[in-house]
Amino acid sequence: MDPVTSRGTLSIALEACKGCELCIPACPPRVLSMSEDVNEMGFRYPLLRPGCTGCGACALVCPDFCFEVYQYTAPVAHAGGAA
Amino acid sequence: MSSHDFVPTNAPPSKPARKVETLKPELLLHTNHHLCPGCGEPLVLRQLLEVVEELGLAQRTIAVAGIGCYTAFSGSLDLDLVQALHGRAPSVATGTKRMLPDRLVFTLQGDGDMVNEGLQEVIHTAARGENITCVLLNNGVFGETGGHMTSTTVIGQRTKNTLEGRDASYHGHPILIGDLLAQLDGTAYAARGSVHDAAGVAGTKRMLRKAFESQLRGDGFSLVEVLTMCPTGWFVPTAEGPGYLDRVLGTVHVTGELKAGGRFVTTAELRARNQRQARQTREGGSD
Amino acid sequence: MTHRLIEGSQAIAEAAIAAGCRFFAGYPMTPFTEVLEHFARKLPQAGGTCINAESELEAVGMAWGAVATGARAATGSTGQGLSLMQESFSEMTLAGLPLVIFNMARGQGDYYQSTRGGGHGDYRHIVLAPMDIREAVQLTQLAFHLADSWRNPVLVYGDYLLAHTYESVEIAPLEFGNLPTKDWAVDGSRGGSGKSRLVTSLGMSKGVGKNVDPESHWKAVAERHKQIEATEVRVECEFTEDAELVVVAYGTPAKFVRYVVHQMREEGVPVGYVRPITLWPFPYRALADAAQGARRVAVFELNAGQMIDDVRLGVLGSAPVVAIGGISTDASGFGVGGLLDTEIIRGRIESALKGQEISA
Repeated sequence: MDPVTSRGTLSIALEACKGCELCIPACPPRVLSMSEDVNEMGFRYPLLRPGCTGCGACALVCPDFCFEVYQYTAPVAHAGGAA
Repeated sequence: MSSHDFVPTNAPPSKPARKVETLKPELLLHTNHHLCPGCGEPLVLRQLLEVVEELGLAQRTIAVAGIGCYTAFSGSLDLDLVQALHGRAPSVATGTKRMLPDRLVFTLQGDGDMVNEGLQEVIHTAARGENITCVLLNNGVFGETGGHMTSTTVIGQRTKNTLEGRDASYHGHPILIGDLLAQLDGTAYAARGSVHDAAGVAGTKRMLRKAFESQLRGDGFSLVEVLTMCPTGWFVPTAEGPGYLDRVLGTVHVTGELKAGGRFVTTAELRARNQRQARQTREGGSD
Repeated sequence: MTHRLIEGSQAIAEAAIAAGCRFFAGYPMTPFTEVLEHFARKLPQAGGTCINAESELEAVGMAWGAVATGARAATGSTGQGLSLMQESFSEMTLAGLPLVIFNMARGQGDYYQSTRGGGHGDYRHIVLAPMDIREAVQLTQLAFHLADSWRNPVLVYGDYLLAHTYESVEIAPLEFGNLPTKDWAVDGSRGGSGKSRLVTSLGMSKGVGKNVDPESHWKAVAERHKQIEATEVRVECEFTEDAELVVVAYGTPAKFVRYVVHQMREEGVPVGYVRPITLWPFPYRALADAAQGARRVAVFELNAGQMIDDVRLGVLGSAPVVAIGGISTDASGFGVGGLLDTEIIRGRIESALKGQEISA
C-alpha cells in the first residue's frame, strides 16, 4: 500500500462531540469518519485517517468546539498505519 | 479499513507542527453549552469572538444579547454584556453606544427576536444611523420555544405551528430584513452570510470584520445576518442541516453583501447574479 | 442661585440635570410632552444625550442601555405610555438598574400601575409623589440618589397640574450622601479578563458550571425590597394627634387638602391629614398611628378608588375608611377636573365629619 501523506493533524475533544457529523462532509480530503462506539454522552465521534491537510474546515463547522488543528512543519508519511 | 488506519487525535502532535485553529476562541470562557447537535449558532459566535480578538477590541467591546437559544452564551462570552429582552437589543445598544461612543457595541439576536418582536426597533435604529452592529442569527424558526414560525420562515417550510408548511395565503410571506434595512440611508453596511459550509463560515467572518470596521469608522448602522442550521426546528437529521439551509433558506435569503460603499443591492439581484454565475460556470466548464 | 418662574416640566428636567442625569429618551404624549422638550433642549447643553424615541417601548430600551453603563438615565411618559414600558420596568428591576421614571399622569388613576406594578413578576419601584413644583425639584433629585443607592428604579408621580403650572423655584443641586461606585456597570473594560461583567435579570452569571439560578437572584431582589420598605418611607402628617377625621391624599390634590385642613383647623374643626410622599413604600405605620382615636378616615384621590386599598390596609379596621374623591378630569381627559376645588373639597370633608354619604 502506498504511504499517505498528512500535512496536518487534529487533536479532537471527543467527549464534547454531540455526533452531529457536520465535520465529515466539510473535510475536503474526506479523512474524517464517525466512530462505531460512543462517548460518555452517548454520541459517536469523529476519527481521523491519514491525509489531513490542516485546512481547519472541521474546526470552522463544529458547533461544539471539538477540534484543534495543526499543520506539520514537514509532511508526515504514514506507511499503512498511524504516524 | 481496520482501526490501525486511524491517526491518534487524543493529544497534540509529537512531530513539529504549528497550531492553526485553537479549540475555542480566547474570549469564550467555556465550551460547555447545551445547544442542539448540529446547531449553527456556535459557529457564528466563534468567528465573531475571533474578529473581536484580532481587532484588539476585547476591552472596548460591549455586547447586547437578545433572547433565544444563543442567550446561553451570555454566561460564556468573556465580554462586558447587557442582557436585553426579546426584540429590544437595538434600543439597549443605542443607549449604551450613545453613552460610550468609542466602544464597539453589537447586538446578538435571532430572527424571532429581531424580525418578529423587535422589527420596529431595528428599523428605527438603522434609520437613525446608530453606530452599532446588529448580528442576526437567522434559522427561520423560534428555536428556543421549540421551532415555531417567524417572520423569516420561508413558504413551504414546516415548523411546529405550520406543520403543513408555511402557506402564503394563510400565514403570509417572509420578510427579507436585510433588504428592509439596507435601503435606509442610516445603514452603512448590510450583509448576509451562511454557515452551512466552511467557505460560508469564512465568508461570515469577513462580513463581521467589515461590519465592525465600519462601526469603528463611524459610518453608521451595520447588519450582519447569518443563516444558521437548526435541525431540531427543521425536523431534519443533523447531517442534513447544511443541505436544508442552503436549499430551503438560502434560496430565499440569498447570501451576499446588500449594502456597502453607499450602494444597495436587493436580494433578488443577488439571486440573479448567482444564477448568472452558475450559468457561466456551467457553460465555461463544459467540455 | 436665583428663583425663576418656570413650568413644572422644565423644573423637573432641570432638577434631573442638576442631579447628574445625562441620558433621557421619551416619546411625546400629553401631559408629559414638555418634559421631553426641555430635556431635548437642555441635556445636550449639559453634555448629555436626549433621544426622541420612535416609541415608548424603544425609549425605555434606550434608557436601559444608558443606565447599564453607569450613567444616570431616565425616561418618562404619562400612564398610557408607561403601560407600554412595563415588561422592561419589571426586568430592569430584576437586573438591578437604577432607572428614574417620570409619570406626568392624567390624574391619579395610575396609582395601581405605579405601586402594584403593571408589569410581570415580583418587583417594586420606589414611587415619589410631589405635591408641587418645589417639592418635585427635591424629589426628582432624590429619585436619582435612591435609584443608585438601592440599584432599583424610582418613579416620580407627577400630573398635568404639576407639569403645566408655573411656579417660582430655585433649582439648587442637593446633596444626599455618598454612594458606592458602580462596579457592576458595563463599559467594556473587563472584556477578556475572565471576569467580564454581565447585567441581567435572568439570574445568570459568567463562568463554567451551573451559572443560571433565577430563584436565588429573584429572592435577593425581593430581600432588597424588604429593606427599602423598612427604611425609605416618607410621609407628611399634620393635626392627626387629636383629629376626629383624618384625610389622606397624595400629589397635587394633597396640597388642596392641606390648605383646606389648615383653614378648618383655624376654625377649630378637629381634622388632620396624612400625605404619603412615598406611595411605595406606603406609610402604613403613620396611617395606623394617625387613625388611632379618629372616628373616620377619608381618602381624597382623583380616581375610582386605588390608594384607598392601602389606606384600609394601614388603618386595619380601627376606623371606617370612606372615599371622598372620585374620577375628575377635563374635556380632554388629560387634565384638571372640577373636583380640584377647595370649596368642594371642604364640603366633602364636612360631610365625612358628619358621617354623610358623598355623592360622586
